[in-house]
Amino acid sequence: MTRSRYLIIGNSTAGVAAIEAIRQVDGKGAITVVSDEDVVNYSRPLISYYLGGRVSEERMAFRDRRFYERNGVTLILGRKAEELDVEGRKVVLSDGTSLHYGKLLIATGGRPIIPPMDGLQKVREGAFTFTRLSDAKGILGYIRENEVEEAVVLGAGLIGLKATEGLVERGVKVTIVELADRILANTLDREASAILERALGDWGCKVIKEDTISRVVSSRGKVREVVLRSGRSLSAPLLVIAVGVRPNLELVEDTPISYDRGITVDEHMRTSVEDVYAAGDVAQAKDFLSGWSSVIAVWPVAFRQGKVAGWNMAGREVRYEGLFPMNSVELAGIPTISFGTTTPPEADGYEILTRRDEESYRKIVLKENRLVGAIFLGRIERAGIFSGLIRDGIDVSSFKEELLSDDFGLLVLPAEYRKHMVTGEGMEV
Amino acid sequence: MRKPKRIIIREEYCMGCRLCEVYCITQHSKSKDIIKAYRGEEPRPVSGIYFEEKGFVSFALQCRHCDDAPCLEACITGAMYRDESTGMVLHDRERCVGCWMCIMACPYGVVKPDFGERKVASKCDLCIEAEFPACVEHCPNEAIVLVDEEGERIYKEAV
Repeated sequence: MTRSRYLIIGNSTAGVAAIEAIRQVDGKGAITVVSDEDVVNYSRPLISYYLGGRVSEERMAFRDRRFYERNGVTLILGRKAEELDVEGRKVVLSDGTSLHYGKLLIATGGRPIIPPMDGLQKVREGAFTFTRLSDAKGILGYIRENEVEEAVVLGAGLIGLKATEGLVERGVKVTIVELADRILANTLDREASAILERALGDWGCKVIKEDTISRVVSSRGKVREVVLRSGRSLSAPLLVIAVGVRPNLELVEDTPISYDRGITVDEHMRTSVEDVYAAGDVAQAKDFLSGWSSVIAVWPVAFRQGKVAGWNMAGREVRYEGLFPMNSVELAGIPTISFGTTTPPEADGYEILTRRDEESYRKIVLKENRLVGAIFLGRIERAGIFSGLIRDGIDVSSFKEELLSDDFGLLVLPAEYRKHMVTGEGMEV
Repeated sequence: MRKPKRIIIREEYCMGCRLCEVYCITQHSKSKDIIKAYRGEEPRPVSGIYFEEKGFVSFALQCRHCDDAPCLEACITGAMYRDESTGMVLHDRERCVGCWMCIMACPYGVVKPDFGERKVASKCDLCIEAEFPACVEHCPNEAIVLVDEEGERIYKEAV
């Protein structure tokens, strides 16, 4: 039986961030990382780049080959953490191995949601989800073996649209089916959705909204066709199901660890059980904007949470200040960055500023003169300044009319804040 | 981790000549020659500086090489990394896929998109190749100066 001071379940964003943070505090304590995937390290968001042929498999890693060795990490790959015994402080893996821990981090991420569809259980080939490298490889192999020329993607969220992009880059014609009345409904506002939807159309994609797949038709186990709720049917030699992900709670379900939508954690990323932490897409942590807790399944949030968890596990007390949703995504050649609340509920004291020109769209959402959301479409330069304004809760009333201007920069910010911001890092302006 | 050298901005000394940008571009060009960089090289390098000006106030802003840098956390490829020997935040253009997560994360807004040869992020590297930042060296009024980890001025002549 192996014992490590730190045991990390999950080897993606939050897991890697935790390793780095632990090592900043504790150079020696044994770290063991378990992953059910058989890959040393890769970046999940790059799978669409891999599918599209823009990034090679070697370039999928976001930490080099020697990262684990350098940090003295025992990496256990291709085995799943199946059982957690918090009393005995051990995790049992799929091969029966037991791992004892001093501190445990659960960073098991999310898993794709598969909505019920008649006939799907008969499909053995040609239907995929799209969150892991093995999915991208599977799709690529399937396209090649079967000379797939068209595909149906269910779900027009970020995952579905990035899968679409990868497929289009491989010459596959894509029809997207989305239940909502617009694409990227959880991330963007109506205007931005419409611009991107048009761009996808110009790119040769078809978008079917307010509809979903009710039945999947297969022959000899291979997917052939999908029938929509509206009765319409679409040829589908390849089907990608991308309606969303949910926290992967399997490991904690039969334990005393509390969870709601995700594993609930406090400001030190601690779960309800001592010495057990959670971070990343599996965790439900403080939401900066609402003050409540929520699952925000995006890379920078997972990384920050993993880092904060790692520091606290190793004994450096750091509070997680909470973050807000943020996304940077390029679709059909149009870059888009969004922050926070982009579509606030109407008549709730929000103020909205927008600006639209030929190549760009910008939107700023304010509440009581403070930024709570923003969209930058087309031109994304300097967008990060707005993330700082949200995080620092800056009153923008003195420079509100500058927020949408072309030369928006630090100079329009109140001198005091500007100086504070820069001096905060040991600098003087 | 070592603390990096840093560029201090003294906006009250900035006269808005923008020579910092010219020398930044030159230093990051292939030829390192000011005229060739501007007249011969295609694409021209992107400067690591955001020059800001309004009325009589102006300053040149570069990457702050933050201690707890949000761009490092946001980078999905590992292209953005901390150079352990200098403490600087550096960017490996080869690894970059141009996803703009760093642009989204940087509260100073100092990472730029570079649409040159390949679409990648671009930012100040404190002229790591030249050992002294070209913008600081050529600033005629010391509106940007270099300091060491103790905050002591570093002069070009001393390097």
